[in-house]
Amino acid sequence: MVVASMILSALLFVVGTLGVLIRRNAIIMFLSIELQLNAVNLTFVALSRVWGIEGQIFVFFVMTVAAAEAAVGLAIIISIFRHYETVNVNNFNLLKW
Amino acid sequence: MHAILPMLLTGGTAALQAGTEAGSQSGAGAFVPFLPGLVVLLPLIGFVINGVLALLHARASAVAVRNGGELDLDGPGGRPLTHTLPTWVGPGVVGLAFLITLVNFVRMLGVHLEEPVVRTYWTWIDTGTFHVAAALQLDQLSMVMMLVVTGVSFLIHVFSVGYMGDDPAYPRYFAYLNLFVFFMLTLVMASSYALMFVGWEGVGLCSYLLIGFWFTDREKADAGKKAFVVNRIGDFGFLVAMFLLFSRFHTLDFVPVFHGAAAGLAYGGGLITAITLFFFLGATGKSAQIPLYIWLPDAMAGPTPVSALIHAATMVTAGVYMVARSSVLYALSPVGSATVAGVGALTAFFAATIALKQYDIKKVLAYSTVSQLGYMFVGVGVGAYAAGIFHLMTHAFFKGLLFLGAGAIIHSMHHALHHTHSHADAQDMRNMGGLRKYMPITWIVMWVATLAISGVWPFAGFFSKDEIIWQAGAFGGAAHAPYPRLYTFYWILALAAALLTAFYMTRLMVMTFHGPNRTGTEESRHLRETPAVMWIPLVTLAALSLFGGWINVPEKLHQSFLGLFGALPMGEWMHHWLEPVTAAAQQIQATHLGAVSESAPFGGGEVLWGVVSFLLAVAVIAFAWRMVGSRKYVPAEESPADTGFARVLNRKWYVDELYDTIVVRPLKSTSRFCWKVIDAGVIDGIVNGLGYLARGLGWFGSLFQTGTVNTYALILSLGVLVILGVVIF
Repeated sequence: MVVASMILSALLFVVGTLGVLIRRNAIIMFLSIELQLNAVNLTFVALSRVWGIEGQIFVFFVMTVAAAEAAVGLAIIISIFRHYETVNVNNFNLLKW
Repeated sequence: MHAILPMLLTGGTAALQAGTEAGSQSGAGAFVPFLPGLVVLLPLIGFVINGVLALLHARASAVAVRNGGELDLDGPGGRPLTHTLPTWVGPGVVGLAFLITLVNFVRMLGVHLEEPVVRTYWTWIDTGTFHVAAALQLDQLSMVMMLVVTGVSFLIHVFSVGYMGDDPAYPRYFAYLNLFVFFMLTLVMASSYALMFVGWEGVGLCSYLLIGFWFTDREKADAGKKAFVVNRIGDFGFLVAMFLLFSRFHTLDFVPVFHGAAAGLAYGGGLITAITLFFFLGATGKSAQIPLYIWLPDAMAGPTPVSALIHAATMVTAGVYMVARSSVLYALSPVGSATVAGVGALTAFFAATIALKQYDIKKVLAYSTVSQLGYMFVGVGVGAYAAGIFHLMTHAFFKGLLFLGAGAIIHSMHHALHHTHSHADAQDMRNMGGLRKYMPITWIVMWVATLAISGVWPFAGFFSKDEIIWQAGAFGGAAHAPYPRLYTFYWILALAAALLTAFYMTRLMVMTFHGPNRTGTEESRHLRETPAVMWIPLVTLAALSLFGGWINVPEKLHQSFLGLFGALPMGEWMHHWLEPVTAAAQQIQATHLGAVSESAPFGGGEVLWGVVSFLLAVAVIAFAWRMVGSRKYVPAEESPADTGFARVLNRKWYVDELYDTIVVRPLKSTSRFCWKVIDAGVIDGIVNGLGYLARGLGWFGSLFQTGTVNTYALILSLGVLVILGVVIF
């Protein structure tokens, strides 16, 4: 049971990582990050069967932070969209220099 | 007044004295120095006052130039204060210093001082095992030097009032001159080699400043630079000698070093030889001996009173003083002493040959000075320290007089040529001739000095120079003399140089004062005798040149007809006076070498050779008189260039050219190599290379900074993978 959960969360994490690396749409990348976070959440929950309740407490923390992050992140994406009228990250290269 | 004077002269008011003293006295009464610190301090005060005036004057003339005019010194308001005050302050402080020195001298005469009196003022250097106190030492040797320095300086300061009075930079001139006297007194009164070195460097600085006094003239500024650089080479020797001395004695104070020298250093050992030779290297620089004499003739670019004071009477004798001061060390090193005497004898002869063919009056005197300094080194090199110092003193009189006389001539010539706007050289003797009609006082005093330097009885030079030559011969005949043949050679060189001296000096006199005048008919009407402020110092020095030799007539001569059968008042006074200072050295010499010979190398006693050298000098003067007098000279511009050997002498044996080829040029090309290849190529290359490397790496790193979030995320993921890989495997 634990092994199957591990495999599943590893797959989910890889999918999320590849999504962040490959996709150019900021919203999709954002979704991929959420996917990564939830992959990690799955491992926490699964492993709490073996090591105790602390893993589940961590999951709550992660979900809280993720919610805050989602609020701020979406706000940023919206303001970027208002400025550039696009959410394709290839157009945003101001982080250079 | 009746009460004060005796008290002043015997030092009854010990309570007034500041500072602490060391040194014990024997005999009647104790020597209490009278304000010795003030002797040094007074010229410094003069320097400060004149220096401030010089700055004020510089500001005033800068303001005048900015307002589109020029500062007129002879305006309706009379001379400004900046040009009247130095007249009193400059000579005044030196005159006061001379008076204080006189008081001390009279006090010292009254007691027999065995040990020097050292007066400590404050601690100058206090680090680890190295301690130097700012302390002045008073003994017979420093007293002689103080008298010569302050006395001759005072006369030359007075002369300068006339000579430099119309110079716009008059206050600056006196500031430098006062500063020089300050450093020179520090040099001769210092109680340790370290403090002596302060004076040693200080006089070098003043020499540089005064040679390049008219610094807007490129040639004169270069002459100052040359003097400074050549002196640095000598100073290197002085420093090394001090280090060596310190390594053995752990102090640089004169008293402990000289007391411990005989016990602490092996006679003729390697260390003492090195110390004496390095000290002598310092002396060759400061006192213009082979191989470092080349700066002195160029130093004539300075004002003529400066040449008289610094480059004839006082500063250049510092090396002789230093060797005499270190007499114990030199007595312990036969090689060192033989080198001193040898370099001295060679220089005396070599410089005299160059003087034979110079046309610039100051150049003749400059080479004459180099030659006479050579005599002094022969004296101190053969252990006749009193004779060396005696010649130093008489030389200060007659060479100071010769230079001041030359200054008077140049002053007069300059005025005459100025009237017709002629550009002829005011210093070239070919443009002079027949000046005795126009300048009778200068003519007479110059002849006194000429007879003195030529060694004609009874002038000062006869007694001082003859004693040195005699001692050189007698030293070679000592029972265990180290290199007897060598000293015979020195003796011959010194005798030959004496004859050359008589020749070139007579040539100078005849070309300058006798024969027809060659200045030009219009110009010669403006030739004038100098004012009293200039000829009174000349006459004073002439009297000293005439009588100054009588204070140290050797015992044998004193009893013979040359000493008027003992009628001359003072006998071997200088010899006895310096006895406490040189006694230790004489004792070392007597122990190791035995008694000196009573006859010259080829027989004959002191009186006989005295007569011989006197007759030879007179014969040479007569010969030169006829030979030079019969020659037709024409003004410098019409004179053909010398040919053959005369040309070689006129060009100074091509020594400057030789040095240029073997020292200056290789040094320049080495410097160029170091600059262009090593500094600009290698060192800058490494530094720049590192810079380029950092820039290249930065450029490479910047390739990864695309600005796109995905790239960063990719690098981040790869980094995580790498770290994970490292942790797991």
